[in-house]
Amino acid sequence: MKVLLGLMGLFILFEGTWLFQNKPLEQSIADGEEIYQDFCLQCHLDTGKGVSGVSPPLVESDYLMNNIDLSIRGVKYGLSGPIVVNGEEYDGVMQNQGLDNEEIADVMNYILNSWGNKSTDMITEERVANITE
Amino acid sequence: MKKKFSALLYLGIFYLTSCISQENPPEIKTPDQSNYSTETIVDGIDVPWGMDFISENELLVTEKKGILYRVLNGKKTEVLGLPEIYKRGQGGLLDVALHPDFKNNTVIYFTASAQLEGDTGGNTALYCAKLNDNQLSEVKLLYKGTPNTKKGQHWGSRIVFDYQGHLFFGIGDRGNRDVNPQDLERDGGKIYRLNLDGSIPEDNPFTNKEGAKQAVYSYGHRNPQGMTVHPKTGEIWENEHGPKGGDEINIILKGKNFGWPVITYGVNYSGTSITDKRAMPGMEQPFYYWVPSIAPSGMAFSSSGVYRKWKGDLFVGSLKFKYLERLVIKREKIVKREKILNDIGRVRNVKEGPDGYLYLGVEGKGILKVVYK
Repeated sequence: MKVLLGLMGLFILFEGTWLFQNKPLEQSIADGEEIYQDFCLQCHLDTGKGVSGVSPPLVESDYLMNNIDLSIRGVKYGLSGPIVVNGEEYDGVMQNQGLDNEEIADVMNYILNSWGNKSTDMITEERVANITE
Repeated sequence: MKKKFSALLYLGIFYLTSCISQENPPEIKTPDQSNYSTETIVDGIDVPWGMDFISENELLVTEKKGILYRVLNGKKTEVLGLPEIYKRGQGGLLDVALHPDFKNNTVIYFTASAQLEGDTGGNTALYCAKLNDNQLSEVKLLYKGTPNTKKGQHWGSRIVFDYQGHLFFGIGDRGNRDVNPQDLERDGGKIYRLNLDGSIPEDNPFTNKEGAKQAVYSYGHRNPQGMTVHPKTGEIWENEHGPKGGDEINIILKGKNFGWPVITYGVNYSGTSITDKRAMPGMEQPFYYWVPSIAPSGMAFSSSGVYRKWKGDLFVGSLKFKYLERLVIKREKIVKREKILNDIGRVRNVKEGPDGYLYLGVEGKGILKVVYK
């Protein structure tokens, strides 16, 4: 019985890694940069600074750093309505860009580790998958 | 001597200022904003990408994320029967236009980003369908760009009709600027001309060119986001997003190359150069270009005269700076630019309604009517 449970545990672990093959952080950041250039840069700019009053900054952003899961949800499902970022109110619309979970993890890792941003947390595809609307 | 010196001084100042400010004139003015206001026609739409009027109080509006609304007296009802939409980046449900004989045949056209069964990635597609009440039927794919890509940007598209029974629409460069816009054998970075049944007009410019996409009418475009027919000349006017700087207004001409990315007034988003070439033989110059970019979207001439001082002027939405731009044209030149409805929101679309008023699609709001007090 114990052996069976152990085997099941191993299987679940194995299935987990098989479903969400996590790549190294450096690779995720590099892939995320490409996604960023295609989907995010028009509004948040290549500096991550955004446009005051229009598109919020991603660099040194209190909203982002304090609400990583909420930010992932915004990328995954879209975000609209008022939010406050670094003391400034933004009331725009960010549409869901149609990215898959892996792409969202990659772009989040890029954003969280660019322009001076630093995060010890690596965003995994699994974490993105678990965030619901 | 004194004259010579002051001439030199003026020349020096001229060079100095032309180096410092690279803005393309005329400089935009912000007139007294109390002369006009808006009335909300319909609200609760995140990105009202396209619209067309069935009558003075009834219109169709697209919501980019994939909803088509029929709006009657301000009340919106979802139209059912759309094909599957490939939602990716700037893609989605884009423009909508009534067939010129809609009253009799109930046909509408719309553009959307499409991923057909079994495909990866997607490209812009033009459809037609019959609209009865709130239901589409006989949905037909008239054109779809190839090849597909997973890139999220530059789908075009805007749909307009000339007075000779043609439909025009655009597809942007689909994020492959170095390949698509200058290659007639691939879609993307083009304006297309079709007959109303979707067939290709025999006198299209590249029908005799082997391998070329026969629907192409002009090429070398980046991302068309506004298109309208000049009320007097019948010309097709278009605006498109440049990179950083270099948004353009073009008058579309048969078979012509509008130059992207070989010539441009813009630079990369990072500020690095794309090319130092602004003009080349065999490539058209824009009618006007914006530096800095305003991110133009939608385009309409005010032809009706309901706004006393605006008759004949061109109106373009600014996504980036959240206003409606009025452009006054004299002797084939833009002589004046004004911010109308400063800070109204990201203006996605501009149309002249059957009642002669201007209607705006504003992001996060819906459709607004421009009222001159």
